[in-house]
Amino acid sequence: MRFLLDDKRMEQAMGVLLRFGVVMASTVVLAGAAFYLQDHAHQFVDYRSFVAHPLSLERRAELFAGIRRGKADAIIEVGILLLIATPVARVVFAVVAFALERDRLYTAISVGVLAVLVYSLLFGT
Amino acid sequence: MLVFTLLVFAGSLAAGLLGALTGLGGGVVLVPLLTLVFHVDIRYAIGASLISVIATSSGAAAAYVREGYSSVRIGMFLEVATTLGAVLGAFLAAKVPTRALAIIFGAVLIYSAWLSWRSCRSTHAEAEIDNLSSDKLKLSGSYPGPDGQQIEYKVDRIPQGFAMMFGAGTLSGLLGIGSGAVKVLAMDRIMRIPFKVSTTTSNFMIGVTAAASAGIYLRRGYIDPGVAAPVMLGVLFGAVTGAKILGRARVAVLRTVFTFVILVLGVEMIVNGWLGRL
Repeated sequence: MRFLLDDKRMEQAMGVLLRFGVVMASTVVLAGAAFYLQDHAHQFVDYRSFVAHPLSLERRAELFAGIRRGKADAIIEVGILLLIATPVARVVFAVVAFALERDRLYTAISVGVLAVLVYSLLFGT
Repeated sequence: MLVFTLLVFAGSLAAGLLGALTGLGGGVVLVPLLTLVFHVDIRYAIGASLISVIATSSGAAAAYVREGYSSVRIGMFLEVATTLGAVLGAFLAAKVPTRALAIIFGAVLIYSAWLSWRSCRSTHAEAEIDNLSSDKLKLSGSYPGPDGQQIEYKVDRIPQGFAMMFGAGTLSGLLGIGSGAVKVLAMDRIMRIPFKVSTTTSNFMIGVTAAASAGIYLRRGYIDPGVAAPVMLGVLFGAVTGAKILGRARVAVLRTVFTFVILVLGVEMIVNGWLGRL
Protein backbone atom coordinates (compact mmCIF):
# COMPACT_ATOMS: atom_id res chain seq x y z
CA MET A 1 0.00 0.00 0.00
CA ARG A 2 2.83 2.38 0.78
CA PHE A 3 4.28 1.89 -2.69
CA LEU A 4 0.95 2.55 -4.31
CA LEU A 5 0.64 5.87 -2.51
CA ASP A 6 4.15 6.82 -3.52
CA ASP A 7 3.42 5.96 -7.15
CA LYS A 8 0.36 8.16 -7.15
CA ARG A 9 2.26 11.05 -5.65
CA MET A 10 4.99 10.54 -8.23
CA GLU A 11 2.44 10.72 -11.03
CA GLN A 12 0.90 13.88 -9.67
CA ALA A 13 4.29 15.57 -9.55
CA MET A 14 4.93 14.38 -13.10
CA GLY A 15 1.67 15.91 -14.30
CA VAL A 16 2.62 19.28 -12.80
CA LEU A 17 6.12 19.01 -14.27
CA LEU A 18 4.75 18.27 -17.76
CA ARG A 19 2.25 21.11 -17.66
CA PHE A 20 4.92 23.53 -16.48
CA GLY A 21 7.18 22.48 -19.36
CA VAL A 22 4.46 22.88 -21.96
CA VAL A 23 3.39 26.31 -20.72
CA MET A 24 7.00 27.49 -20.69
CA ALA A 25 7.76 26.05 -24.15
CA SER A 26 4.61 27.39 -25.79
CA THR A 27 5.17 30.86 -24.34
CA VAL A 28 8.65 30.95 -25.85
CA VAL A 29 7.37 29.61 -29.20
CA LEU A 30 4.54 32.17 -29.20
CA ALA A 31 7.00 35.01 -28.61
CA GLY A 32 9.27 33.64 -31.33
CA ALA A 33 6.37 33.28 -33.76
CA ALA A 34 5.35 36.91 -33.18
CA PHE A 35 8.88 38.10 -34.01
CA TYR A 36 8.97 35.71 -36.95
CA LEU A 37 5.83 37.20 -38.46
CA GLN A 38 7.14 40.70 -37.89
CA ASP A 39 10.25 39.86 -39.91
CA HIS A 40 8.70 37.70 -42.60
CA ALA A 41 5.09 38.91 -42.83
CA HIS A 42 5.23 39.97 -46.45
CA GLN A 43 7.66 37.39 -47.68
CA PHE A 44 6.53 34.71 -50.08
CA VAL A 45 6.94 31.24 -48.67
CA ASP A 46 7.29 27.91 -50.35
CA TYR A 47 7.44 24.78 -48.23
CA ARG A 48 6.79 22.62 -51.29
CA SER A 49 10.44 21.75 -51.62
CA PHE A 50 12.45 20.39 -48.75
CA VAL A 51 15.64 22.23 -47.79
CA ALA A 52 17.32 20.80 -44.74
CA HIS A 53 18.82 23.50 -42.56
CA PRO A 54 19.19 21.89 -39.20
CA LEU A 55 19.53 24.58 -36.57
CA SER A 56 20.20 22.22 -33.75
CA LEU A 57 22.38 21.14 -30.89
CA GLU A 58 25.27 20.53 -33.26
CA ARG A 59 25.33 24.15 -34.24
CA ARG A 60 25.20 25.38 -30.69
CA ALA A 61 27.30 28.46 -31.47
CA GLU A 62 24.97 29.48 -34.29
CA LEU A 63 21.93 28.96 -32.10
CA PHE A 64 23.34 31.04 -29.22
CA ALA A 65 24.40 33.80 -31.62
CA GLY A 66 20.85 33.81 -33.01
CA ILE A 67 19.37 34.14 -29.54
CA ARG A 68 21.71 37.00 -28.67
CA ARG A 69 20.69 38.87 -31.80
CA GLY A 70 17.05 38.11 -31.02
CA LYS A 71 16.55 36.12 -34.22
CA ALA A 72 13.00 34.80 -34.37
CA ASP A 73 13.76 31.31 -35.66
CA ALA A 74 16.38 30.82 -32.93
CA ILE A 75 13.78 31.75 -30.28
CA ILE A 76 11.26 29.28 -31.76
CA GLU A 77 14.00 26.67 -31.81
CA VAL A 78 14.65 27.21 -28.10
CA GLY A 79 10.94 26.79 -27.40
CA ILE A 80 10.91 23.52 -29.36
CA LEU A 81 13.98 22.28 -27.47
CA LEU A 82 12.22 23.12 -24.18
CA LEU A 83 9.21 21.16 -25.36
CA ILE A 84 11.31 18.11 -26.27
CA ALA A 85 13.05 18.39 -22.90
CA THR A 86 9.71 18.16 -21.06
CA PRO A 87 9.04 14.41 -21.46
CA VAL A 88 12.75 13.77 -21.00
CA ALA A 89 12.56 15.59 -17.66
CA ARG A 90 9.68 13.32 -16.72
CA VAL A 91 11.85 10.25 -17.29
CA VAL A 92 14.71 11.80 -15.26
CA PHE A 93 12.20 12.44 -12.50
CA ALA A 94 11.07 8.80 -12.66
CA VAL A 95 14.66 7.58 -12.29
CA VAL A 96 15.08 9.64 -9.12
CA ALA A 97 11.65 8.75 -7.72
CA PHE A 98 12.08 5.00 -8.27
CA ALA A 99 15.57 5.20 -6.76
CA LEU A 100 14.08 6.87 -3.69
CA GLU A 101 11.45 4.12 -3.50
CA ARG A 102 14.41 1.70 -3.58
CA ASP A 103 12.82 -0.07 -6.53
CA ARG A 104 15.89 -1.36 -8.36
CA LEU A 105 13.99 -2.96 -11.24
CA TYR A 106 12.12 0.21 -12.16
CA THR A 107 15.12 2.45 -11.61
CA ALA A 108 16.92 0.28 -14.18
CA ILE A 109 13.96 0.36 -16.60
CA SER A 110 13.74 4.17 -16.34
CA VAL A 111 17.49 4.50 -16.87
CA GLY A 112 17.08 2.36 -20.00
CA VAL A 113 14.39 4.66 -21.41
CA LEU A 114 16.52 7.69 -20.55
CA ALA A 115 19.52 6.13 -22.31
CA VAL A 116 17.52 5.70 -25.54
CA LEU A 117 16.30 9.30 -25.33
CA VAL A 118 19.77 10.71 -24.69
CA TYR A 119 21.23 8.59 -27.49
CA SER A 120 18.71 9.86 -30.03
CA LEU A 121 18.99 13.48 -28.90
CA LEU A 122 22.77 13.58 -28.93
CA PHE A 123 23.92 11.03 -31.49
CA GLY A 124 21.01 10.11 -33.72
CA THR A 125 21.19 11.27 -37.31
CA MET B 1 3.62 34.41 -44.97
CA LEU B 2 1.14 36.04 -42.61
CA VAL B 3 -1.81 34.46 -44.41
CA PHE B 4 -0.08 31.08 -44.57
CA THR B 5 0.74 31.16 -40.84
CA LEU B 6 -2.79 32.17 -39.84
CA LEU B 7 -4.41 29.51 -42.05
CA VAL B 8 -2.07 26.80 -40.76
CA PHE B 9 -2.82 27.95 -37.20
CA ALA B 10 -6.58 27.80 -37.82
CA GLY B 11 -6.35 24.37 -39.46
CA SER B 12 -4.24 23.02 -36.60
CA LEU B 13 -6.68 24.48 -34.07
CA ALA B 14 -9.54 22.60 -35.73
CA ALA B 15 -7.48 19.39 -35.89
CA GLY B 16 -6.58 19.64 -32.19
CA LEU B 17 -10.17 20.41 -31.20
CA LEU B 18 -11.64 17.49 -33.17
CA GLY B 19 -8.86 15.19 -32.05
CA ALA B 20 -9.54 15.90 -28.38
CA LEU B 21 -13.33 15.70 -28.74
CA THR B 22 -13.31 12.39 -30.56
CA GLY B 23 -10.36 10.87 -28.72
CA LEU B 24 -8.71 10.03 -32.02
CA GLY B 25 -5.90 12.57 -31.65
CA GLY B 26 -5.20 15.55 -33.89
CA GLY B 27 -1.93 14.23 -35.28
CA VAL B 28 -3.47 11.87 -37.80
CA VAL B 29 -5.20 14.64 -39.76
CA LEU B 30 -2.40 17.19 -39.46
CA VAL B 31 -0.01 15.66 -41.96
CA PRO B 32 -2.67 15.20 -44.68
CA LEU B 33 -3.93 18.72 -43.96
CA LEU B 34 -0.47 20.24 -44.36
CA THR B 35 0.49 18.21 -47.43
CA LEU B 36 -2.80 18.04 -49.35
CA VAL B 37 -4.21 21.49 -48.52
CA PHE B 38 -1.16 23.66 -47.85
CA HIS B 39 1.25 21.78 -50.16
CA VAL B 40 3.92 21.55 -47.50
CA ASP B 41 6.62 18.92 -48.10
CA ILE B 42 5.72 15.77 -46.19
CA ARG B 43 8.98 15.90 -44.18
CA TYR B 44 8.17 19.37 -42.78
CA ALA B 45 4.62 18.17 -42.12
CA ILE B 46 5.81 15.10 -40.20
CA GLY B 47 8.26 17.22 -38.18
CA ALA B 48 5.62 19.78 -37.21
CA SER B 49 3.12 17.04 -36.37
CA LEU B 50 5.59 15.27 -34.08
CA ILE B 51 6.19 18.51 -32.13
CA SER B 52 2.45 19.04 -31.70
CA VAL B 53 2.11 15.46 -30.45
CA ILE B 54 4.61 16.14 -27.65
CA ALA B 55 2.76 19.34 -26.75
CA THR B 56 -0.71 17.80 -26.50
CA SER B 57 0.50 14.71 -24.67
CA SER B 58 2.31 16.74 -22.03
CA GLY B 59 -0.42 19.37 -21.83
CA ALA B 60 -3.13 16.80 -21.14
CA ALA B 61 -1.06 14.85 -18.61
CA ALA B 62 -1.97 16.91 -15.54
CA ALA B 63 -5.69 16.39 -16.16
CA TYR B 64 -5.26 12.64 -16.66
CA VAL B 65 -3.17 12.24 -13.51
CA ARG B 66 -5.89 13.77 -11.38
CA GLU B 67 -8.29 10.97 -12.37
CA GLY B 68 -5.85 8.41 -10.96
CA TYR B 69 -6.14 5.79 -13.70
CA SER B 70 -2.71 5.92 -15.33
CA SER B 71 0.04 3.53 -14.28
CA VAL B 72 3.56 4.92 -14.23
CA ARG B 73 5.02 1.39 -14.10
CA ILE B 74 3.18 0.02 -17.13
CA GLY B 75 4.02 3.25 -18.96
CA MET B 76 7.72 3.21 -18.14
CA PHE B 77 8.10 -0.51 -18.89
CA LEU B 78 6.45 -0.22 -22.30
CA GLU B 79 8.31 3.00 -23.10
CA VAL B 80 11.45 0.87 -23.42
CA ALA B 81 9.78 -0.70 -26.47
CA THR B 82 8.20 2.46 -27.90
CA THR B 83 11.35 4.61 -27.66
CA LEU B 84 13.50 1.94 -29.33
CA GLY B 85 10.83 1.63 -32.02
CA ALA B 86 10.73 5.42 -32.43
CA VAL B 87 14.48 5.57 -33.02
CA LEU B 88 14.16 2.87 -35.68
CA GLY B 89 11.18 4.67 -37.24
CA ALA B 90 13.05 7.98 -37.41
CA PHE B 91 16.01 6.21 -39.08
CA LEU B 92 13.65 4.59 -41.60
CA ALA B 93 11.93 7.93 -42.33
CA ALA B 94 15.10 9.12 -44.06
CA LYS B 95 15.49 5.93 -46.10
CA VAL B 96 11.90 5.57 -47.30
CA PRO B 97 11.00 7.72 -50.36
CA THR B 98 8.39 10.41 -49.62
CA ARG B 99 5.87 8.81 -52.01
CA ALA B 100 6.01 5.59 -50.04
CA LEU B 101 5.66 7.59 -46.79
CA ALA B 102 2.45 9.10 -48.14
CA ILE B 103 1.08 5.67 -49.05
CA ILE B 104 1.96 4.17 -45.64
CA PHE B 105 0.36 7.20 -44.00
CA GLY B 106 -2.80 6.69 -46.04
CA ALA B 107 -2.97 3.03 -45.03
CA VAL B 108 -2.62 3.98 -41.34
CA LEU B 109 -5.43 6.55 -41.72
CA ILE B 110 -7.78 4.01 -43.28
CA TYR B 111 -6.90 1.48 -40.59
CA SER B 112 -7.60 3.95 -37.77
CA ALA B 113 -10.91 4.88 -39.38
CA TRP B 114 -11.78 1.21 -39.39
CA LEU B 115 -10.73 0.83 -35.75
CA SER B 116 -12.82 3.81 -34.74
CA TRP B 117 -15.79 2.34 -36.59
CA ARG B 118 -15.45 -0.98 -34.81
CA SER B 119 -14.69 0.33 -31.32
CA CYS B 120 -18.38 1.06 -30.67
CA ARG B 121 -19.10 -2.63 -30.10
CA SER B 122 -16.17 -4.15 -28.30
CA THR B 123 -16.04 -6.62 -25.49
CA HIS B 124 -13.39 -6.62 -22.86
CA ALA B 125 -11.83 -9.69 -21.31
CA GLU B 126 -10.09 -9.59 -17.95
CA ALA B 127 -6.65 -11.11 -17.50
CA GLU B 128 -6.42 -14.45 -15.76
CA ILE B 129 -5.88 -14.09 -12.05
CA ASP B 130 -2.80 -16.27 -11.75
CA ASN B 131 -0.31 -14.42 -13.86
CA LEU B 132 3.24 -14.72 -12.61
CA SER B 133 5.22 -12.35 -14.84
CA SER B 134 2.70 -9.58 -14.23
CA ASP B 135 3.58 -9.70 -10.53
CA LYS B 136 7.29 -10.21 -11.10
CA LEU B 137 7.46 -7.03 -13.18
CA LYS B 138 5.16 -5.28 -10.69
CA LEU B 139 2.81 -4.32 -13.51
CA SER B 140 -0.39 -5.27 -11.73
CA GLY B 141 -2.19 -2.40 -10.09
CA SER B 142 -5.53 -0.96 -9.18
CA TYR B 143 -7.70 1.96 -10.19
CA PRO B 144 -10.57 3.85 -8.54
CA GLY B 145 -13.93 2.20 -9.23
CA PRO B 146 -17.29 3.99 -9.53
CA ASP B 147 -18.12 3.74 -5.83
CA GLY B 148 -14.72 4.71 -4.49
CA GLN B 149 -13.18 1.26 -3.90
CA GLN B 150 -10.00 0.19 -5.66
CA ILE B 151 -10.38 -2.34 -8.48
CA GLU B 152 -7.39 -4.66 -8.89
CA TYR B 153 -6.12 -5.70 -12.30
CA LYS B 154 -3.33 -7.82 -13.75
CA VAL B 155 -1.48 -7.65 -17.02
CA ASP B 156 -1.57 -10.46 -19.55
CA ARG B 157 0.50 -11.50 -22.60
CA ILE B 158 3.41 -9.17 -21.82
CA PRO B 159 5.81 -10.26 -24.63
CA GLN B 160 3.15 -9.80 -27.33
CA GLY B 161 2.16 -6.41 -25.93
CA PHE B 162 5.80 -5.36 -25.75
CA ALA B 163 6.34 -6.35 -29.39
CA MET B 164 3.29 -4.41 -30.53
CA MET B 165 4.50 -1.37 -28.59
CA PHE B 166 7.76 -1.54 -30.52
CA GLY B 167 5.69 -1.43 -33.70
CA ALA B 168 3.67 1.52 -32.40
CA GLY B 169 6.93 3.36 -31.66
CA THR B 170 8.27 2.65 -35.16
CA LEU B 171 5.09 3.99 -36.73
CA SER B 172 5.30 7.09 -34.54
CA GLY B 173 8.91 7.78 -35.53
CA LEU B 174 8.25 7.07 -39.20
CA LEU B 175 5.14 9.22 -39.61
CA GLY B 176 5.37 11.80 -36.82
CA ILE B 177 2.12 10.69 -35.20
CA GLY B 178 1.35 9.71 -31.61
CA SER B 179 0.02 6.29 -32.68
CA GLY B 180 -2.15 6.35 -29.56
CA ALA B 181 -4.70 4.05 -31.17
CA VAL B 182 -2.13 1.28 -31.62
CA LYS B 183 -0.86 1.76 -28.07
CA VAL B 184 -4.35 1.50 -26.62
CA LEU B 185 -5.00 -1.54 -28.80
CA ALA B 186 -1.85 -3.24 -27.46
CA MET B 187 -2.72 -2.52 -23.82
CA ASP B 188 -6.46 -3.00 -23.94
CA ARG B 189 -6.88 -5.89 -26.37
CA ILE B 190 -3.61 -7.80 -26.06
CA MET B 191 -2.46 -7.19 -22.50
CA ARG B 192 -6.03 -6.93 -21.20
CA ILE B 193 -5.40 -3.81 -19.18
CA PRO B 194 -8.62 -1.95 -18.28
CA PHE B 195 -9.61 0.56 -20.97
CA LYS B 196 -9.38 3.70 -18.80
CA VAL B 197 -5.92 2.68 -17.59
CA SER B 198 -4.86 1.99 -21.19
CA THR B 199 -5.95 5.34 -22.61
CA THR B 200 -4.50 7.49 -19.83
CA THR B 201 -1.22 5.57 -19.70
CA SER B 202 -0.98 5.75 -23.49
CA ASN B 203 -1.20 9.55 -23.31
CA PHE B 204 1.89 9.66 -21.09
CA MET B 205 3.78 7.29 -23.35
CA ILE B 206 3.05 9.30 -26.51
CA GLY B 207 5.15 12.27 -25.36
CA VAL B 208 8.19 10.19 -24.39
CA THR B 209 7.95 8.15 -27.61
CA ALA B 210 7.77 11.29 -29.74
CA ALA B 211 10.71 12.85 -27.87
CA ALA B 212 12.81 9.82 -28.86
CA SER B 213 12.46 10.63 -32.57
CA ALA B 214 12.32 14.44 -32.21
CA GLY B 215 16.09 14.76 -31.74
CA ILE B 216 16.70 12.86 -34.97
CA TYR B 217 14.11 14.95 -36.85
CA LEU B 218 15.65 18.15 -35.53
CA ARG B 219 19.09 17.14 -36.73
CA ARG B 220 17.78 16.35 -40.19
CA GLY B 221 16.02 19.70 -40.50
CA TYR B 222 12.49 18.24 -40.56
CA ILE B 223 11.35 20.73 -37.94
CA ASP B 224 11.07 24.12 -39.63
CA PRO B 225 10.23 26.98 -37.24
CA GLY B 226 7.88 28.62 -39.76
CA VAL B 227 5.70 25.50 -39.99
CA ALA B 228 6.19 23.97 -36.54
CA ALA B 229 5.33 27.10 -34.51
CA PRO B 230 1.77 27.71 -35.82
CA VAL B 231 1.04 23.97 -35.87
CA MET B 232 2.21 23.39 -32.30
CA LEU B 233 0.33 26.41 -30.88
CA GLY B 234 -2.81 25.67 -32.91
CA VAL B 235 -3.07 22.00 -31.96
CA LEU B 236 -2.29 22.74 -28.30
CA PHE B 237 -4.98 25.43 -27.96
CA GLY B 238 -7.42 23.27 -29.90
CA ALA B 239 -6.80 20.26 -27.69
CA VAL B 240 -7.08 22.26 -24.45
CA THR B 241 -10.36 23.82 -25.62
CA GLY B 242 -11.63 20.43 -26.76
CA ALA B 243 -10.91 18.86 -23.39
CA LYS B 244 -12.82 21.68 -21.66
CA ILE B 245 -16.01 21.39 -23.73
CA LEU B 246 -15.88 17.61 -23.92
CA GLY B 247 -18.85 17.13 -21.57
CA ARG B 248 -21.14 19.37 -23.58
CA ALA B 249 -20.40 18.28 -27.14
CA ARG B 250 -22.33 15.69 -29.14
CA VAL B 251 -19.39 13.35 -29.45
CA ALA B 252 -21.15 10.47 -31.26
CA VAL B 253 -22.05 12.55 -34.31
CA LEU B 254 -18.65 14.26 -34.34
CA ARG B 255 -16.93 10.91 -34.16
CA THR B 256 -18.79 9.55 -37.15
CA VAL B 257 -17.99 12.67 -39.17
CA PHE B 258 -14.33 12.63 -38.12
CA THR B 259 -14.01 8.93 -38.93
CA PHE B 260 -15.33 9.66 -42.42
CA VAL B 261 -12.88 12.58 -42.82
CA ILE B 262 -9.98 10.32 -41.82
CA LEU B 263 -11.10 7.70 -44.35
CA VAL B 264 -11.28 10.25 -47.18
CA LEU B 265 -7.88 11.74 -46.25
CA GLY B 266 -6.41 8.23 -46.20
CA VAL B 267 -7.58 7.54 -49.75
CA GLU B 268 -6.32 10.98 -50.89
CA MET B 269 -2.90 10.32 -49.37
CA ILE B 270 -2.59 6.97 -51.12
CA VAL B 271 -3.74 8.34 -54.49
CA ASN B 272 -1.44 11.36 -54.32
CA GLY B 273 1.46 9.26 -53.10
CA TRP B 274 0.93 6.78 -55.90
CA LEU B 275 0.82 9.51 -58.52
CA GLY B 276 3.85 11.21 -56.97
CA ARG B 277 2.05 14.50 -56.41
CA LEU B 278 3.27 15.01 -52.85
